[in-house]
Amino acid sequence: MSTVSLVVRNALWKKKKVDLLVARGRVASLIPSARKTRVESAQELDASGLLLLPSLTDCHTHLREPGFEYKEDIASGLDAAAHGGFGNVLCMANTNPVNDNATVTERMLDRARAAWPHGPRLYPIGALSRGLKAEELAPMAELADAGCVAFSNDGLPVPRAEFFRRAMEYAWDQGKVVIDHCEEPSMARGAGMNEGAVSGRLGIPAQPDVAEAAQVARDILLADYLKIPIHLAHISCRRSVELIAWAKERGVQVTAETCPHYLTLTEERVEGYDSAAKVNPPLRTRDDVEAMLQALRSGVIDILATDHAPHAAHEKEVEFDLAPCGISGLDTALSVTWGLVEKKLLTLDDLVRAWSEAPCRVFGLPVNRFQAGDPADFLLFDPAAQWEVTPETMRSKGKNTPLLGTRLRGRVAAHFLGGKKVV
Amino acid sequence: MQWRHKDLLDVSQLSADEARHVLDTARYFREINSRPVKKVPTLKGRSVVLFFAEPSTRTKTSFDVAGKRLSADTFSLAKSGSSLSKGESLKDTALTLQAMNPDAIVLRHSVSGAAQFMAERLECSVINAGDGRHAHPTQALLDAFTLVGRWGDLKGRTVLILGDVAHSRVARSNVLLLNLLGARVRLCGPRTLLPPGVDTWEAEVFSDLGKAVRGADAVMCLRLQLERMQAGLLPDLREYSRTFGLCERHMAQAAPDALVLHPGPINRGVEIASDLADSGRSVILDQVASGVAVRMALLFLYMTRKSAE
Repeated sequence: MSTVSLVVRNALWKKKKVDLLVARGRVASLIPSARKTRVESAQELDASGLLLLPSLTDCHTHLREPGFEYKEDIASGLDAAAHGGFGNVLCMANTNPVNDNATVTERMLDRARAAWPHGPRLYPIGALSRGLKAEELAPMAELADAGCVAFSNDGLPVPRAEFFRRAMEYAWDQGKVVIDHCEEPSMARGAGMNEGAVSGRLGIPAQPDVAEAAQVARDILLADYLKIPIHLAHISCRRSVELIAWAKERGVQVTAETCPHYLTLTEERVEGYDSAAKVNPPLRTRDDVEAMLQALRSGVIDILATDHAPHAAHEKEVEFDLAPCGISGLDTALSVTWGLVEKKLLTLDDLVRAWSEAPCRVFGLPVNRFQAGDPADFLLFDPAAQWEVTPETMRSKGKNTPLLGTRLRGRVAAHFLGGKKVV
Repeated sequence: MQWRHKDLLDVSQLSADEARHVLDTARYFREINSRPVKKVPTLKGRSVVLFFAEPSTRTKTSFDVAGKRLSADTFSLAKSGSSLSKGESLKDTALTLQAMNPDAIVLRHSVSGAAQFMAERLECSVINAGDGRHAHPTQALLDAFTLVGRWGDLKGRTVLILGDVAHSRVARSNVLLLNLLGARVRLCGPRTLLPPGVDTWEAEVFSDLGKAVRGADAVMCLRLQLERMQAGLLPDLREYSRTFGLCERHMAQAAPDALVLHPGPINRGVEIASDLADSGRSVILDQVASGVAVRMALLFLYMTRKSAE
C-alpha cells in the first residue's frame, strides 16, 4: 500500500466510522476505523465528527460567462461550487454569445481549467437551437465534440413540438440527452409568481402549475413515442410529479430534477413583493412542496439541482414585475437539503442519490460510490456547523437569495477532487 | 386620534376605527370645499410630490387640488418628464426625491408593489395613488365616503362590484374596505376577468348580472380596458356590454334608490349605459367631490404625523 497518498481517518459514513484510503486520485479502500489500519501515507487527516459524502454534481447552473460577468463568472461560480460541495458543474447555454458553437464551449472550459485546475470540473450544456431562438438546430455534433454533455433551450422553452421532437432526435444521435425547461410559453407570459389566491390578492401577473405540467406531458409523450430519453429541469409542482410517475410506470425514459427552493419555500414568500423570491418556475403551494419531497423520496424525481441563477443586486432591487427571475443557490444548496435530513423529511441516502449518483448516471459522468477505483471526489461535511447566509459568507457574486439573513446548519469542512484538496 | 402610520399602501393597514377617522376628517374638509374661499393654512410650508409614473388626470388633479387647498406646495412629476424615461431606476428616483426632503410623495405606478418599494426606501410618507392591479386605497376611501354621505353607515348594506375585477386595484381595495366597514360585497364579471383565488375573498361571486344585482344597495362599475380584447379575455365590446353593461333594466332589480358608482373615466355604453350614468342614481360626480375631501384628510393625517412626534 505504499502508493497511498492520503488517509482520512474516523469519518462517518452510513453511520459507521471509516478510514478512507486514496491512491493515484482514486479511492483505494474504505475500511472500518475500528481495524486501526496501519498505512504509510504522505498525508493523514482526522475527520472525527465529520460526515464523508461523495462530492456533489449540479446539473443545472447559470455561470453567466461569457457576457454577464457582472452577475457571475466561471471562476466565482466554481468558487461557490467548490465551497458548496459541488465537484461537477453543468452550466446552461444562455450566455452572450450563446453557447451554440465550439468556440464558446472551449472558452468556457479554458476559463474553468485556468481558475480551478483541479476542479470543480465544468461541463457545459450546449444550446439546443442557434441563439436559443428555437428556429434552427444548433450544431450539436460540433458542440458535443468540444465538450458539451447535454443540450437545452433552458429559460426559453420551445413552443413548437415539431422542432422540439427533431432536437431530441438529433441530440440523441450524439448520445446526448435534451434537458427541457417545462413551461407552456403562452400561459406564462409576463408571469412573476404562481397563480392562485396569493397572486390574486397581490395583483401580480402569474402562471398556473398547468403551464409547467402541460409541457411535461408533451415531453413525456414525445419521449415515449421516439423511445429517446428526456430530462426535465426544475420540476416544481404536484401535477408534473403525477405525470412523471405515470410515465416511469410505463417505462418512458424520463428523468427529472427539482431544486432546494421547491422543497422548502412556498408562494407566500413573495408577500411584500420580495424579488429575491421571484424565480422561474415560481414557488408553489405547501401541497406542491409536500409532493416534491415525496417524489424525491420515492425516486419519481431523480435529481437535485440548484438552478443557480445569480443576478446583480441592482437588477433585483426594482419594481417586482421588472426584476429578473432566479435564486443564487450554489452556496446554500447542500446546507438547505441537509436541513431536510435533520427534519427527517429526507434521508442522507436520498441526498447522495439525488446530488451525486443520479446526475452522474444521467449525464454520463464518473461517480464516486467509495468503491476501489472510483474517483476520489469527496466531501468532509460538518453537520453541526452553523452559519449565517450573508453577502460576505456567499462566494457567488449573486447574493440574490430569499435566505439572506437566515442561519443554516451544516457546512463543507473539506472538499477533495481526484484526491486533491480544493477546499 | 393620533395617526400612527407613515405610509398609506393599502386599506389592509387600517383598522375600522382608523378608516372611520379618515372619513370623519374628510367630512370636516368637505365643508371647506363649499366655502367661497376654499383654502386653509393647515399645511403651509409643507411640500407634496405628485409622482405619477402612469397616466392619470383625475387622481392627480384631485391630489393637487387637495394639497393646494391645505396650502401645501405641490410638485408634479410624470414618468415622461422624469428621469425614469431616461432609464433611471425607481430606487434612484426615490433617493433623489428623498434628498429634496418632501413631506409626502403621492405615487401612481403601473407595477403592483411599487408603492411599498418606495415606502421601504423613503423617510417621508408615501401615499399610494394606485399600484398596478394591487391597491388604490384613496379611491376606496372616497367611495366609502360617498356612500356614507348618502346612507350614514355601510353596516348591512350590499354593494356589487361589477366588471374587470382581475385587473382592478379599485376592486381589491374596495372589497377590503367595504368589508371593514360592515358592508356585504358581491362581485360579478366574466370568469376571464375574475382574479385567481377569488373564492377566498370576502365576497359573493356571480357570473349572472341579473342575479348579482338583485337587492343590491349600490353597484360599482369598473372601467373596462380595451386591451382585454387583444389579450383574448373577451370577444368584443358589444358582447361585453350586452352581458355585463349596467343599465336601468338591471337597476329595477336592485334595492329601491340603489346607487351607481364608477371610479372613472367611464366608457359610456360599455360598462354602464349612458343614461344611467347621468341619472339620479348616479353618484359619479359626488365621488369626484368626495375625492378632494378624502385626499385633504389623508394629506393632513399623514403629513402632520411627523410634527406630532
